[in-house]
Amino acid sequence: MTITEDSGPSGAGPKVVDSREIVLQTEGITKRFGAVVVLRGVDMVLGRGEVLGLVGDNGAGKSTFVKILCGFQRQDSGRILVEGEEVQFHTVEDARAKGIETVYQDLALVPQLTVYQNLFLNRELTYGGKLGLMNNRKMRQLTRQYLDEIRVNVPNIDAEVDRLSGGQRQAIAVARATRQEAKILLLDEPLAAMGAKESALIIDLVKDLSQNRGVSIVVIDHNYTHLFELCDRVSVFQQGRVTFDKRVAETSLEELTELMVSDYRRQVMEGQAQLKGA
Amino acid sequence: MAQATIATGSAPAAPAPSSGTERGRSASIVRLLIQRREATVFLVTVAVIVYFSIRNANFYSEANIITMVQYIAPIAVIGAGEVLLLVLAEIDLSAGQTFLTAPWIVYFIHTDGVPIGWSIAIALLCSLAIGAFNGVFTVVFGVPSLVVTLGTNYALAGFVLIASSAVQVDMPGRTGTFGQVFGISNWSEIAWALAIVVVIWVLLKKTRFGVHTTATGGNLLGAAEAGIPVKRVKVWCFMILAFGAAFVGILDGIRIGSLDPAAPGLDVVLSGIVAAVIGGTALTGGRGTVVGTLIGAVFLGVLEDGFNLIGVSANWFILAEGVVILVAMAINVQLGILAERTKR
Ligand SMILES: Nc1ncnc2c1ncn2[C@@H]1O[C@H](COP(=O)(O)OP(=O)(O)O)[C@@H](O)[C@H]1O
Ligand SMILES: [Mg+2]
Repeated sequence: MTITEDSGPSGAGPKVVDSREIVLQTEGITKRFGAVVVLRGVDMVLGRGEVLGLVGDNGAGKSTFVKILCGFQRQDSGRILVEGEEVQFHTVEDARAKGIETVYQDLALVPQLTVYQNLFLNRELTYGGKLGLMNNRKMRQLTRQYLDEIRVNVPNIDAEVDRLSGGQRQAIAVARATRQEAKILLLDEPLAAMGAKESALIIDLVKDLSQNRGVSIVVIDHNYTHLFELCDRVSVFQQGRVTFDKRVAETSLEELTELMVSDYRRQVMEGQAQLKGA
Repeated sequence: MAQATIATGSAPAAPAPSSGTERGRSASIVRLLIQRREATVFLVTVAVIVYFSIRNANFYSEANIITMVQYIAPIAVIGAGEVLLLVLAEIDLSAGQTFLTAPWIVYFIHTDGVPIGWSIAIALLCSLAIGAFNGVFTVVFGVPSLVVTLGTNYALAGFVLIASSAVQVDMPGRTGTFGQVFGISNWSEIAWALAIVVVIWVLLKKTRFGVHTTATGGNLLGAAEAGIPVKRVKVWCFMILAFGAAFVGILDGIRIGSLDPAAPGLDVVLSGIVAAVIGGTALTGGRGTVVGTLIGAVFLGVLEDGFNLIGVSANWFILAEGVVILVAMAINVQLGILAERTKR
């Protein structure tokens, strides 16, 4: 992938006018768990206000990549640059300090805590200092206000998250990330458990954040229709690498589908060849 | 739907309520009983108190109440501290031995010529180190805390037996106002114990630390992903329990006046865990009630003392304790299922 100054007819590169506009960039990110090599050198750029879709098979390494970008895990090698500056994330808080917020694939909600406690998890408001008593009144009020603002419908913010539907939980996890006024949002399959109406709501929210607030967004999703509606650009992850990267305007549902299916066919054939060889 | 469940639940307690408001009231009481675990053990405790006070007029005598609260104090503190660990889905079996070992440390240091106040301070620091050891060993090596703290329990018990040559000694620090404040005055131990229980309650219910503890126990990976330092939270909880246990242990030693090197620490800690369990704290993590544990400790104290008063042998208390644990657990689990239904 090359970073070009414009999107000329060749158009393979993302629309990045100059390096100052690149908000997030990775170079050669690798990661292995024991003998399993999950990432084999991931290069990515993300422009300001851009929505980048990541697609790929289960196990391709998308979630691992996101967890490295948000400081939850550390890469074995490779660099992460935020606004052109190399960063070292040792904790999730390090990444948050650079304006990176995450919706994890597993949502990272606590079933025994209430909606508002989850919305403020590790961001609790207190009276005076870290050790002070919690300001539950303020947290409730802001929760109600924010959920109304983004039109997420949760009947009772004092209900334990245990009692919410899958879609409602996902909405809470998304709201927790978007409430922070982040510069960069990482959304790992945020629409997976949602109905059509809830999906549309979140899609509108994400569009609004990118178009009107200049938030840069990486979103993982398996639904190409969602991605084409939402994204400026799509990257395909295959076996721990980005193998395809195009602006949505320059590709099509057919091309993406064909790419994924042919990859599947190739794998099946390789598997059969191996079986015959053995 | 909720009404139907509540109506069947209340049928034996309040048969055929006539007016609407009456039904509403009894329904809300039943709802309270179902949703607040503490309420059940509270009512049972009140019933047991009424029973024993009818059986024996001495139940309400000051002397008897003092005997009771002295029995209750250590159980309440260790139980409340244990709630933090149960919320984390961890457990600490060494807290009873920490309770017994702390006054020995005071004794050894004081006999070496250190003033009593400093000896106590050093013993409390040692208890923090014991808690930190339990916690760090658990989170670093990934050994279940049940096993780690069982090891710590025996190590501490062995240390006391070796260092004391298995000889009983007199506890220092029993003189003057100091002694009165730290254990000898009739109400000193329970006052300190209640203060510690309140601190633990505030910590769990009202502070970020409490939310982070619940989060760590309720969804370990999720809490870590949200940036909560889950390992540190766990270590702190072990330290808080050890500190509380050591503190009441020292008070208990000063009150009794002599230290028995062979006292069984597991008995002490298990009483605390029983108080937590009958108070409504599950061992599955994510939930726990300090208030319920305090009531559970009172219940155990009343039961032990009451059997004594009406002349039933202590052996019966042990049997009753066993039955109570089984019944309380069954009630807790069933109420949990009911609460689940009525909330929806
Ligand atoms: N903590 C971990 N330990 C061991 N293996 C892991 C761990 N996390 C992910 N993996 C492995 O890494 C591979 C990629 O996983 P993941 O990043 O979740 O893929 P995706 O999100 O694209 O489905 C999978 O084979 C998974 O089993
Ligand atoms: Mg994934």
